[in-house]
Amino acid sequence: MLHTMTPLAVTAYTASSALGHGLAAQLDALGQARSGLRPNNISSAPLACWIGRVDGVEDTTLPTSLAHWDCRNNRLAWLGLTQDGFLDRVHAARERHGATRVAVLLGTSTASIGATEEAYRRLTPDGRFPDDLQRPPIHAPHSLAAFVAEALALEGPCLTVSTACSSSAKVFANAERMIRLGLVDAALVGGVDTLCDSVLFGFNSLELVSSGPCRPFDAARNGISIGEAAGFALLERADIAADAPRLIGYGEASDAHHMSTPHPQGLGAEMALDDALARAGLNVAQVGYINLHGTASQKNDEVEAALVARRFPATTRASSTKGFTGHTLGAAGILEAAIALQAIEHGLVPGNLGADTPDPACGPQFAWRNEQARIDVALSNSFGFGGNNACLAFARAGFDA
Amino acid sequence: MSRLTVHVEGVGLWSPQLADFTALRELLAGGAPAAPAARPAAATLPPNERRRAPESVLLAVEAAGQAVAMSGRDAASLACVFASSHGDQPITDYMCATLAQAPAELSPTRFHNSVHNAAVGYWTIATGCHAPSTAIAAQRASFGAGLLEASSLVVAEQRPVLLVCSDTAGRGPLGELTACTQPFGCALVLAPAAGAATLARLDLQLAPAQAETVLSEPLAGWRRGNPSAAALPLLAGLAGEGEFCRLSATPTLDLHVAMETAA
Repeated sequence: MLHTMTPLAVTAYTASSALGHGLAAQLDALGQARSGLRPNNISSAPLACWIGRVDGVEDTTLPTSLAHWDCRNNRLAWLGLTQDGFLDRVHAARERHGATRVAVLLGTSTASIGATEEAYRRLTPDGRFPDDLQRPPIHAPHSLAAFVAEALALEGPCLTVSTACSSSAKVFANAERMIRLGLVDAALVGGVDTLCDSVLFGFNSLELVSSGPCRPFDAARNGISIGEAAGFALLERADIAADAPRLIGYGEASDAHHMSTPHPQGLGAEMALDDALARAGLNVAQVGYINLHGTASQKNDEVEAALVARRFPATTRASSTKGFTGHTLGAAGILEAAIALQAIEHGLVPGNLGADTPDPACGPQFAWRNEQARIDVALSNSFGFGGNNACLAFARAGFDA
Repeated sequence: MSRLTVHVEGVGLWSPQLADFTALRELLAGGAPAAPAARPAAATLPPNERRRAPESVLLAVEAAGQAVAMSGRDAASLACVFASSHGDQPITDYMCATLAQAPAELSPTRFHNSVHNAAVGYWTIATGCHAPSTAIAAQRASFGAGLLEASSLVVAEQRPVLLVCSDTAGRGPLGELTACTQPFGCALVLAPAAGAATLARLDLQLAPAQAETVLSEPLAGWRRGNPSAAALPLLAGLAGEGEFCRLSATPTLDLHVAMETAA
């Protein structure tokens, strides 16, 4: 039987996506119900779809000492790290605890595969990578986490979690275990995914990409819009920051059903939810807001709508924010964790943008338009290929389940 | 720094030279074990999945199946940590080559098999496992980082965990950079408490990085040829060759492993 977990302080967090750079831009776009989606202008060959692209990634330059890590994904990571005073907070944590006592635990599904794709487009006549891309570390899944650890001079355990679209939610669980066991005193968690041909043409090959802006939970939804994002959070023991929001629970479970479609009854998703509620010591009536996975794929939204309808009272508000940002894949967990934290901090329940005709499977929990409400507890769902499910639970400081 | 103690209940191993852990024992005892068939059997997968599964999945499932069988545990009860430095390199090579030439012709099956968690996904589906499962990477430290993550899960949650670490051989232009000259996969079933199935107790501790544990040939060459073969010092210890090893967990941290094999 699970025991409730000792809450951890989220002593800093930040997110950058198609909604803009940093938390203020994100809150503004959410508050104005302004989508960041645009027609695809990034794939190396035409593909009729909409994307959630981050402005300014191409103009971002890494510090000279980190130039060997240069690629679009690490530029987006650097862009993300330099928002909201986040670097200063990490430096302070490193000073407080020591470099070896801060873990770097990041989720990504693409890592910097975009750089590998580019190398294959620019192979030398004898079939080798061009000289400027002869950099093995950026052509491996660990590129992001290794870059961030080096950039921030952090020397604790360093891990990449790559479980498709649940990646950067699951790192909160890794961090909680390491802190609980005393392996570290703090953990930098988060994730970065960037738009690239692999995901655009890959999801297109599965006929999962909409030709227009995605419409999560709309009765006529017809697929996802892919986005990119960078997000990070710093987790430390709660006594260090009395007023910081809390990570109060998390859940992880496997569907054991199919590689690319969810369990029809949402078995793994519900197990992850129950795991998160049990660790947090919560009952469902205490949940103020749920940021849903809500990709706008037929199956995901059908299964997730039914789960919300059967488990939560109408007072719990729920929405997908993928109509704002697109599905940012391996970065979705941290991006939507940041939205859940902003819901607590600012009392904003973001509306489920993009759905004009709600799917009748959706219950009264759905916030179709923005709402203002005091939110003490917020959940975030993230589900990935391979039936990999995660659910995170956050609370206002001082909330007592 | 905190110490983690876990108990090994099963060991799986597959490479072109070694069919299983018994073959490693034979080799270290001076024998000449027979090489396995060219393709891992991966008998845990249903036959139709086995035919279609990519190389990375066959390799990981083969090692995992061996370790779970040795432990006597029900696979469905085990949380899963699957580590790999590079994922499925033949699929990455295929994807990048296809995207460079005819992106609209990308195979949907190869795309969904390209996710880093494909192997653990197939494994949980084949075994009906609803426990937490994850797929991780840490460059050439993937085994050490994976052992740390799996052991953290064992101790923090007091539950048995299946750890798998595997990498395919490199392929195509990417293969030149990854320098994986041959496949290698291994697996451990780790439990929080000693029991009838315990093969060895492991005491793990993080420490500043030093030179890697010395291996003799042919193990040293196999370790150079595949990042997952960084597990070999531990596997050799479990086979009776030494009671201590250092595994890289990050470029700056090692995992010190003290091994006490059961009588």
